[in-house]
Amino acid sequence: MRPFFAMIKRSHFKSRSLPYLLILPQAVVTLTFFYWPAIQGMIQSFLLSDPFGRKSRFVWFYNYIELFSDPLYLKSILITFVFSLATAAVSISLGLFIAAMANRALRATALVRTMLIWPYAVAPAISGIMWLFLLHPSYGIVAIGVKNWLGVDWNPVLYGSDAMVMIVMASAWKEVSYNFVFFMAGMQAIPKSLIEAAAIDGAGPFRRFWTITVPLLSPTFFFLMVMNIIYAFFETFGIIHTVTQGGPGGSTNTLVYKVYQDGFVGLNLGSSSAQSVVLMLLIILITFLQFRFVEKKVQYSG
Amino acid sequence: MKRLTGLFIVTLAACIALPASVFAKPVTIYWWHAMRSARGEVVAKMIEGFNASQSDYKVVGTFKGNYDETMNAGVAAFRAKKQPHILQVFEVGTQTMMLSGAVYPVYQLMADAGYDIDWSRYLQAVLSYYMNADGNLMSMPFNSSTPIMYYNVDAFEKAGIAPLSKTEPVTWDELGQITKKIVDAGITPAGMVTAWQSWTQIENYSAIHNLAFASKANGYEGLDTQLEINNPKVVGHISRLKSWAEDNRFMYGGQKYQGPKAEFIAQNAAIYIDSISGIAKLKKAVKDFKWDAAPLPVEADMPAPQNSIIGGASLWVLNGHTKEEYKGVAAFLKYLAGNEMQEFWHKETGYFPITIDAYESLKAKGYYDANPLQEVGINQLNRAIPTKISRGLRLGYFVQIRNIINEELEQVWNGKKSPQEALDTAVNRSNDQLRTFEKTYK
Repeated sequence: MRPFFAMIKRSHFKSRSLPYLLILPQAVVTLTFFYWPAIQGMIQSFLLSDPFGRKSRFVWFYNYIELFSDPLYLKSILITFVFSLATAAVSISLGLFIAAMANRALRATALVRTMLIWPYAVAPAISGIMWLFLLHPSYGIVAIGVKNWLGVDWNPVLYGSDAMVMIVMASAWKEVSYNFVFFMAGMQAIPKSLIEAAAIDGAGPFRRFWTITVPLLSPTFFFLMVMNIIYAFFETFGIIHTVTQGGPGGSTNTLVYKVYQDGFVGLNLGSSSAQSVVLMLLIILITFLQFRFVEKKVQYSG
Repeated sequence: MKRLTGLFIVTLAACIALPASVFAKPVTIYWWHAMRSARGEVVAKMIEGFNASQSDYKVVGTFKGNYDETMNAGVAAFRAKKQPHILQVFEVGTQTMMLSGAVYPVYQLMADAGYDIDWSRYLQAVLSYYMNADGNLMSMPFNSSTPIMYYNVDAFEKAGIAPLSKTEPVTWDELGQITKKIVDAGITPAGMVTAWQSWTQIENYSAIHNLAFASKANGYEGLDTQLEINNPKVVGHISRLKSWAEDNRFMYGGQKYQGPKAEFIAQNAAIYIDSISGIAKLKKAVKDFKWDAAPLPVEADMPAPQNSIIGGASLWVLNGHTKEEYKGVAAFLKYLAGNEMQEFWHKETGYFPITIDAYESLKAKGYYDANPLQEVGINQLNRAIPTKISRGLRLGYFVQIRNIINEELEQVWNGKKSPQEALDTAVNRSNDQLRTFEKTYK
């Protein structure tokens, strides 16, 4: 693909079987822990079976048809996209902002950076509970303040849009530190000479940031975008479980949370497997699109 | 010499004939449950008592997480053929357990073990939730509760309203006047809040007014059941709550209990409907006002209201163990249902005693004179013989159905749907779930 690739000298193993032996452990792990469950899930999605595994019948696409004839499932897909994009946008922009600030910190840099990384160590469910204590209309400190002083009718228990704001905040907050670390590392890697040269040419801090730092951070941006969307898709379930349980009126019922509700709590294995397969296809599609269209704009070398 | 040989033979015979238990280790019985912290400690004490009372069996209790985690652990263990003897399952899982083919029905277990149990001496409203269509008990009720109505006595006094009766329910119309007085006088910003809206406002409302929640006797008599909660009475009730929400007589505080409870404790609402397990929580948390409890309100045209229905969990005995072990399971269940354990359980946790004997024994000891709150729920359960409609609900994918009801009700509260529209949709969506469930077990 890239011209220099052909010029790299290729080394060969003397023994033909050695390379296979070397990849064997990884292959075994991948097959048993990734492919096997995925295939099981796919098979299960064509079955209707009781949780105890005594009855099972093949029903072709019944589970999928049921799923897509449910208007709420289609709504759930839309909700997931809105939620993921909002979470990624908030956490990436905040992460970038904080990294840009921290990069200029003069004193106690190590301390500042360590403190900023901390939230990443908080489990999603705990993060959810903390935000609930701040924003719950009945006992949230911030919520009561907002209601009393600003006169805003804040009620995520009743209004779907408020609930969405709440889970986006709780999910993005946790991810900000993750993004911060990568942006920080990315900024450290930008040659000082470039920025100094621009400064000598009379570019102000904002201009330097937009024309030098941001383009050079584009690989980091791309990586974080993929990671954040995957995070919002799959790992925010703990937050939704503790904060809204998918409510009110299903307005925060994301795909992953629905899989959990239907499969783990409701024990409808067929439907939840079908949902997992849909989820898997969606994420494959998204990642493919990202690599196909977004990666083209990424500059890998200065 | 002959005598010596004879003695030897006798000794040998005696050794063989002696029950194996003298030498062998006691038979271990595993019980997976979902009771943690304070309740978990009570469970541990009950197990300890059983193990100390005899030497044939040893019960080992394991906390497996909350209800759905415990049920999942049981399902996974059964598939791996490593199931415990006793599994605690929440009430919404009853249908799945009953159809699983993985259980040893309790009535049969007790009969096989030679216990002649007079089931009529049990609280019928509790038993009936876990009976099959023939009236045989499938699982042993363990922790059962029912919703009651808590109210702020100080707020009532300020509004000039007399305290409510602990046995005679007020009507919904009266409650409307009470909440109006309180809200109009600005004593509390809102009138009433409710926890677990599907359980308290639809499932229990239907049972108390003898309205079918679903066809086929609420699903007891067939998998081809359909929800019927879009009937005029339930729609009327939800419309009333919606109109109360408009003038703050009702306030929506969330699907579970935390939000509504917080509103009641903060005196943002003067009336709070929740399970009897709320008694302990309110005793702990409320410091600055007096509160009391009353039965759930009824409609004025219902002079003899039915029993309310229970929530909670029961103990299922799983297949695949030896006869000897099942004897131990039966002995343990018998021990749990005994007066001493039932009284202990009721006093420590607030959950109902499951036998009338335990209830009467507590009453004779004056327990309810000292703790009148504890009797409100029992009276509400015992005030009528359960009908086919008020005995309970037997629905597949009940978890999903409750989620659907929650979603649709929330759309009523936030004004996106009319009560009729929302309940119609809830019925249609739930019926889809029921059909999938039916198809699975056909």
